[in-house]
Amino acid sequence: MRTKSTYSLEGTGLSCIRDDRVLFEELAFELVSGQILLLEGKNGSGKTSLLRILCGFREPDSGQINWCGDHVKDSQFHAQMAYVGHLDGIKKELTVLENLRMSVALSHSGRYSIHQALSKVHLQGYDDILAQALSAGQKRRLSLARLLITENVLWILDEPFTSLDRQGIALIETLMTEHCANGGMIVLTSHHDIDLPDVDVQRIHLS
Amino acid sequence: MSLSRAFFAVIRRDLVLALRHRSEIANPLLFFILVITLFPLGIGAQPHLLQAIAPGIIWVSALLAAMLSLDNLFRSDFDDGSLEQMLLSPHPTTVLVLAKIIAHWLVTGLPLLIVAPLLAVFLGMPNHSLGILLLTLLLGTPVLSLIGAVGVALTVGLRRGGMILSLLVLPLYVPVLIFAGNAVQMAGSGLPVDAQINILIAILLMALVLAPLPVAAALKMSIH
Repeated sequence: MRTKSTYSLEGTGLSCIRDDRVLFEELAFELVSGQILLLEGKNGSGKTSLLRILCGFREPDSGQINWCGDHVKDSQFHAQMAYVGHLDGIKKELTVLENLRMSVALSHSGRYSIHQALSKVHLQGYDDILAQALSAGQKRRLSLARLLITENVLWILDEPFTSLDRQGIALIETLMTEHCANGGMIVLTSHHDIDLPDVDVQRIHLS
Repeated sequence: MSLSRAFFAVIRRDLVLALRHRSEIANPLLFFILVITLFPLGIGAQPHLLQAIAPGIIWVSALLAAMLSLDNLFRSDFDDGSLEQMLLSPHPTTVLVLAKIIAHWLVTGLPLLIVAPLLAVFLGMPNHSLGILLLTLLLGTPVLSLIGAVGVALTVGLRRGGMILSLLVLPLYVPVLIFAGNAVQMAGSGLPVDAQINILIAILLMALVLAPLPVAAALKMSIH
């Protein structure tokens, strides 16, 4: 089991320019184990762009991101992060179980087994159902189950509450609290205000 | 070994997907068979002419069938976000991409190999060149998938990449077409074909080693 406060994610002087429009400039943050970073801002303010820069899909136009003091490219960053984006990364022609097995194969097995993770996100018994038969909310919970079955410290979540009902939102909030209590950290964007009394939440407002 | 586990998991996943989506296998194969069966009808009762151009017909059809199937390689993964997840994996992208290309060949290239002898007989190709035809297809069709993957990776982010894809990929297919077609032709006249076969082997090995690198780089570029 990992010890607390051994990981840190640090961004300095980040800026992103898209089609001659400056989305953000000189952005800096520091996140350590047990914390959540919530990105706020209206549509098109660069929240998703920032997440994609964190994932390494985009290069920042300036600035640098460090993982535990090293540049993300020279560190174990990709083995210790998991991303759930707008696209849920689920193959609809595969069953729930096959989808999750694939995720484990692409990464390293994490704290929970696939069956434990499925019951955590209330999808037990859905193992052999094709993903296309799931509702939007169930699909979202399935893609969030991926966070539980792979080994990771940092969760990067882009609007994780989309298409979830109130119970679903509460469920994900519980999982997030649990993850932080175990020394994990989370960067997320959300239109919902998150309600996490036990966690240290930092907010960045992009405008 | 978790890298080899990831490698085989990707192959298995793509094969399962192809089985559940049978048109992906059937389309290129059907195209291949249809084009070849139409030639004798178009040319008429000229068995010698047909026999002379049979290697060319088979290889050109194989090449077009391969092109037709290319877009499937990364399209659905790109659309549903699986590609993002693959690129985020701690395993080297080149290896995962190679697994996808191998699966693509198993689904679209291998079936051509199986029906080709039948169609060759149908076109009146001499029996002693059937072996060489199969060998050139065995060596050549994986190259088509490998080179094609580079083109698809570059164009998958574009709305209408189809036209650019053919322009990018076809010129690179030409060497394979020349050497493979020539080998089968020569074999038909009973001449040695070692040189052509060796060159095809060299092209295959080179593509196998070099293609996954630009594919991985191009996918990273397409994704953002």
